Amino acid sequence: MSSYVRYIDRTRDYYLSKGYDKSYQWAHFEEVPFTPLKKPLAESRVVLITTSDIGIKGVELNNDETMSVSMGGHYSMPADTPIEDFYSASHGFDRHATTLEDVGAFFPIGRLREAVESGRIGSLTARFHNVCTAYSQRRTREQDAPAVLERCREDGAEVAVLTPV
Amino acid sequence: MCHQTVSLVARHLEANGIPTVVFAAARDIVEHVGVPRLVHNDFPLGNPCGEPYNVEQQREILEYGFKLLERAFVPRTTIQTPFRWSKGDAWKDLILTPEQPFQSEESEKAWLERKEKYRKLKAEGRV
Repeated sequence: MSSYVRYIDRTRDYYLSKGYDKSYQWAHFEEVPFTPLKKPLAESRVVLITTSDIGIKGVELNNDETMSVSMGGHYSMPADTPIEDFYSASHGFDRHATTLEDVGAFFPIGRLREAVESGRIGSLTARFHNVCTAYSQRRTREQDAPAVLERCREDGAEVAVLTPV
Repeated sequence: MCHQTVSLVARHLEANGIPTVVFAAARDIVEHVGVPRLVHNDFPLGNPCGEPYNVEQQREILEYGFKLLERAFVPRTTIQTPFRWSKGDAWKDLILTPEQPFQSEESEKAWLERKEKYRKLKAEGRV
């Protein structure tokens, strides 16, 4: 079995080969926070947060000019939206190997609903959230993450499931 | 890039009392940033939660995340799921190589336009 892809190295080499001379400085921290579960999952309310540019067909969610230019931003979606209404227009996936046609492959809303039905988790929050990718780590850390935290608290989220694309 | 953003959000929630689990394909980026809990699926970018339409696999992968939430007792705990991409590992050699452009010409053009717009907004002090 071949080892997993080192994307930091691969993207650096790829963009160097395309003539970009400046490597991106990825965020890196020595310290990592940790919060244990406060109660069993079966009694916990779960929030789903993604950076997959998930959208709802026919609904304008992205109303911030800066969102569309990799400058961050965030928006929320009703968690009871029918699965078939979700889609992703992201270009940040391996289009040669796979597709984003099944949102379950990157936005596990269907599986999470099953987990509520089976009693594996207590419930889902009323809203799910999308955080837009930002070149600026500061934008994410100082604006989008705090804003999403506030919404999670408003909704009583006790556990967070997070997915990129 | 979206792996970095999602990792930063996970860290912020965790630091403020909400336990998190990240599902991801680009393990090195998430571990480089540093998150409390990571479920790594060694799949192409785009499918961190399982192969498209493989509902049973997606279910099992989510369950790995639940178990990780229940059992991890230190940060930086990564679970590598046992699943292998059903069409083989050839994608690993091709992703982000000159032989196989990551973006289509159209989306690369749009990306360059976005970058230009970003520079402009930044110069104007709007971001």
